[in-house]
Amino acid sequence: MSATELQILGLTLRTAALATLLIVLPGLGIAWLLARHRWPGKSLVETLVALPLVMPPVATGLLLLELFGRRGPLGRWLHAAGVDVVFTWRAVVLAMGVMSFPLLVRAARVAFEEVNPRLEGLARTLGAGNVRVFVTITLPLAARGIVSGMLLAFARAVGEFGATILVAGNIPGRTSTLSLAIYNLVQLGHDGEAFRLLLFAVAIAFAAVFIAEAFLRRRAA
Amino acid sequence: MRRTLAALALLAFGLAAGAAEVRAVEVRAVEVNVYAAASLTDALQEVARGYERTSRDRIVFQFAASSTLARQIEQGAPADLFLSADELKMDVLAAKGLIDRASRVSVLSNTLVIVVPATGGQRLNGPRDLTQRRFASIAIAEPSSVPAGIYARTYLTRLGIWKAIARKVIPTDNVRAALAAVASGNVDAAVVYRTDARTATRVRIAYEVPRAAGPVISYPFALAASSEHPAEARRFLAYLRSNAAREVFVRHGFLLR
Repeated sequence: MSATELQILGLTLRTAALATLLIVLPGLGIAWLLARHRWPGKSLVETLVALPLVMPPVATGLLLLELFGRRGPLGRWLHAAGVDVVFTWRAVVLAMGVMSFPLLVRAARVAFEEVNPRLEGLARTLGAGNVRVFVTITLPLAARGIVSGMLLAFARAVGEFGATILVAGNIPGRTSTLSLAIYNLVQLGHDGEAFRLLLFAVAIAFAAVFIAEAFLRRRAA
Repeated sequence: MRRTLAALALLAFGLAAGAAEVRAVEVRAVEVNVYAAASLTDALQEVARGYERTSRDRIVFQFAASSTLARQIEQGAPADLFLSADELKMDVLAAKGLIDRASRVSVLSNTLVIVVPATGGQRLNGPRDLTQRRFASIAIAEPSSVPAGIYARTYLTRLGIWKAIARKVIPTDNVRAALAAVASGNVDAAVVYRTDARTATRVRIAYEVPRAAGPVISYPFALAASSEHPAEARRFLAYLRSNAAREVFVRHGFLLR
């Protein structure tokens, strides 16, 4: 593996992992609210959360660019605080996180729904508070589904292209992830090198889905 | 049931729209597919409007970086004409027998400028100011493949400041994307063609590279060897060299070679 390939892989895995970690808390929170509670506006939130899954990724990227650009409503504020987002690695993480969010929420929601509410009720009658029930009963029982969802979210993040190229650009050594680097190499006519990166992409995707499936199978057994 | 109907209606709408598209194509006369450098966008659209007033042929453009277009033509894209922003891309296609060499002409030229955001943009006393810290990011079309990027890199290398600024360069897909990055205020400066700068309202030309100081910029035009409508393509190619077309190019800021 060449130094450039190592750099591209490292950047991709680091940003995808960070994006996945950052969406875990909000993702689980929303998934739990969707799975266990009825509240006004629930179906609206449900739809909004699923949007990045079906919207054109470049459209999502454009929205992020408008929001986080130096003159955008959020970007202006961050720029004043000395934090530039667009065309930096932060934008890569942002795009990956937004695009992976629905996958995580969907998987975690299903996992929460499959936890038998009776077990939670039982714990409550034994005197456990809501937080303790969640941490000691709900979360462990849903863990496999959640981990499988995190792996899928991670795999999706590794493959992100459309939103990333708009909001982070395609800067070799800084924002050029696996997908963007493959695109670059094809543009330059270096198909051979592109195919080498493609193999890495396939390997990562395969491993992530394989392990995610294994987690789900064990739960079903 | 109602949901199923709504879903079916949505699908039917999609199909109907697709069918309408196909019919619209059928009733038209010959379509000439012109693969043209992004920097030619505005001028060419105006030239084509003039051409279509007298011809029954329709000009269909594909605008992108010349490097992208050359690549697509190599892969068999159905181009009739290729209008490149540098001679190199045309040479590559010529070497592979993908263009009609006899039809090749170079009529247009351009110059480079450095642009900054119109509001809140940094002051630039000369190109060497780009090495200063206040210029944290500089957008340039991909400098190893896209013509505008290669020209910009050549110029900055000639000035001896390429190495100093290479780390701040934000490479873009094509020259118009570099311009847009400045217009949005997301980068501090960009090196683009003078003709591009004139198309954007939110950018200010901070420095004009004198024609003699920059690399020779040349736009070669040629017929694609695999053109399915060579006669019609040739007619539009001839029109591109007419006085009417030249007048449009000059008005858009292009130089004649």
